[in-house]
Amino acid sequence: MTSLTDSQLLRYARNILLSNVDIAGQEVLLGSHVVVIGAGGLGSPVLQYCAAAGIGQLTIIDDDCVDETNLQRQVIFNEQQVAQPKAEAAAAQLRQLNSAITLNAKTERLEAGNVDGLLQGADLVIAGTDNLASRMLANGYCRAHSIPLVTGAAIGTSGQITCFDFRQQNSACLACVYPDESENLSCAQSGVLGPVVGTVGSLMATEAIKLLLNIGKPLTGRLLVWDAMSMDWQNFNYAKSPGCKVCGEN
Amino acid sequence: MNTITVKFFARLREQSGVDAMDLEIGDMTKLSELIAQLQDQHQDWTILQQKNLMAAVNHSMITDDCLLAAGDEVALFPPVTGG
Repeated sequence: MTSLTDSQLLRYARNILLSNVDIAGQEVLLGSHVVVIGAGGLGSPVLQYCAAAGIGQLTIIDDDCVDETNLQRQVIFNEQQVAQPKAEAAAAQLRQLNSAITLNAKTERLEAGNVDGLLQGADLVIAGTDNLASRMLANGYCRAHSIPLVTGAAIGTSGQITCFDFRQQNSACLACVYPDESENLSCAQSGVLGPVVGTVGSLMATEAIKLLLNIGKPLTGRLLVWDAMSMDWQNFNYAKSPGCKVCGEN
Repeated sequence: MNTITVKFFARLREQSGVDAMDLEIGDMTKLSELIAQLQDQHQDWTILQQKNLMAAVNHSMITDDCLLAAGDEVALFPPVTGG
């Protein structure tokens, strides 16, 4: 017997028709709690697809407010929401998309002092924030608590995405891939094409669903590098780094 | 001498205007030496000068250093952290 109601069976029918999702997979999604760090260009499609897919609980972390310059790519927001806190504004939009899921809006910046409280209870974390420091905090927490982490980034007309399944022993970590923690150009400094963040965010949501359901071949041990201008997709393999300052042997 | 291929991606490809180039390297040339050589030859490619430039050899990422061999394909690209 399924725990899904008739309404849920109808609503999620196109998920359930997929043989590797099925009713059991939909039940997993409905019972999952995903924390999304950053409700911006990447967070927009991440949140929309996660809410639409029926992920039962979403926590949205962003300390910023909607700015008019965000509307070019952060498609979860509308003109009436300019100046509102992004986490609250995104949650309001998602409530209209899926009123049956639980939404937690946190207008805070992820920092060492609040990371434990903000990420507590997560089944999976998605990092789409615009700074490496927050990603590294999420990396540390997820590694310590054996929670899968999906991380993606985009700037200009290119993007990168990878996953760390910390449920697996000896998983590499974010610091294995990005050993240099110096910050790079932000979208505010160098510009970014809207559909580029939309595409990378959509891939992040796809990877999150795969990891939650343990289906397919997630982007673990591989960094996907996408150059939209040449429309070139490359997978670069990586392994746990013995010299990693977070998970290395020393 | 050994021929290798160097490929540029994303903002590095855009800035250099080069997708790929074949280069001759000596025996026992390290990845770090290749990058230093490119940086010296193309000082106007500022993204190439970034100290956190990412590199892969034959589709495997290299975070430390390694020796290059004839036929290797080296990929260079900048890190991306925007969101």
